[in-house]
Parts: sequence; structure tokens; C-alpha cells
Amino acid sequence: MKQKFVFTNVSRRHALGLIGGTIAMSSIAMPVLADAASVAAKVNSLTGGASTTDDGVFLDLPEIAENGNAVKVAFEIDSPMTSDNFVKTVHVMADGNPTPDVASFNFSPANGVCMATTRMRLAKTQNIIVLAEMSDGSFRQAQAQVKVTIGGCGG
Amino acid sequence: MAKVKPRVKVPKNSEAGEIVEIKALISHPMHTGRAKDKSGNVIPRQIINTFKVLFEGQEVFSVDMEPAVSANPYVSFPFKASSSGTFKFVWVEDGGAEFTVSKKMKVS
Repeated sequence: MKQKFVFTNVSRRHALGLIGGTIAMSSIAMPVLADAASVAAKVNSLTGGASTTDDGVFLDLPEIAENGNAVKVAFEIDSPMTSDNFVKTVHVMADGNPTPDVASFNFSPANGVCMATTRMRLAKTQNIIVLAEMSDGSFRQAQAQVKVTIGGCGG
Repeated sequence: MAKVKPRVKVPKNSEAGEIVEIKALISHPMHTGRAKDKSGNVIPRQIINTFKVLFEGQEVFSVDMEPAVSANPYVSFPFKASSSGTFKFVWVEDGGAEFTVSKKMKVS
């Protein structure tokens, strides 16, 4: 259905709507950054809505990262890592990057303990979310904020 | 393109039951597909999207990487030594190119 705007008749409400629409459109044209909501949605799709605890999840992240191009991220998840009780996958996510995913680590009982280190890019100050999927289907989650002085997105 | 060079650090000797740390790094620009070159053209996405570790042919650890992983992706992870064997480290680039390194570990 086509809508015609008759400009002689623009009410205050209409004008506000138009302005609001313009703002919404301009924000879409900007590079879209992931936000807390998209990370929450991602977590939800991975867990299937199951509740998570932060028991035995340890994060090693800098409080302030001067250069967002390479920020060390290390985690350790308390688990016996036996064949019937181990950590299957650890998802690392960031809520202020263009896409929320950073990396997913797939462990096996052969690792002995569940820990890993890598380096990631951060576009701005944001929260890092670590979600661990256990072999019994339960989930653990922890998050921490990293303050970024210089973003690492290039361009 | 810059030369892609994988490097891995595995202890040569270890004792059975010991948990050793393995460090793996590959020199790779990890183009995110967002940065632009000097003339303003977008550099297409080209990243290492998977890193796999096989011990005696069996996969023991892997990482799925996204563009948010830094250039020259570095990963360190633990491994519980049980018997001597050979590790195979595989990095997979966008487009399917693979880079592999093999390392032996002696367990006493």
C-alpha cells in the first residue's frame, strides 16, 4: 500500500515520526555493531534458553587494553575432563564488535584440563562473554569488561 | 601475499599423566573484510577459520575462528600426556587452503 504525505497537513506527531524515521534509517546505514541484545540472542540460541551459572569459570582478561588489535583472552573452566564429564565447547563472544563471535574452542578429554589462550580484536570498550557447553548438556557463563583505548577494526 | 608460516611449540619429552602446554602460532594477516587499503578498496575477507589438532590421527582439540581473532592467530592449550606419539596441527584458510605441521612428543 502506498502512503501519500500531504505536506500542507503535517501535524506535530507526523513531523516527529518523520524525524524519528530518518534517525532510524541513518543508524542502519552506520556500521552495525553487535550489542548486548544480539549476544544474548546468540547465547539463547546456543543454550536453548537453559539457565547458566558461572561456577568454576575463570577469565583472564586485561582491564584496560591499549590496543584493540590484539587483546589476550584466556579462560579456565573447572572440570575433571573425564570421558563422561568434560567441557565440550567454549564460545567466546564480544558485544561491541561488528559480529558477536570471536572463537569457539572444542575440547576433548585428551586435554586433561579445560583452558586456552588466544588473542582477539576489540572495536571498542565492551563485555567479553565466555559460554561453556558441558558434556552433560549444561552451560556455564561468565563475562568481563575490557576497556579499549584504540579500537582494532581497521579501516 | 605475505608468506604464511606456522609455528608450534611442543615439549619434546614429558611424563605420563603430565599436563603439557602447547603453543601454536601462524603468521597470517586475518583480513576481516572490513578494512580498506590505501586506495579505499575493501580488502576481501581472508582468515584462518579453523585450527585443528590431531594426536595419532585422532582429533583432540580445535578452534573455530571468526574475523575477531587477531592477525597472526595464537592459541595455547593443554594436553594430557599418556603415550608417545605425533601431533598434527592443521590450519584451514578461507577458500580451503591448509597449512600443516607435525611434531613428535616422547612420553616416559
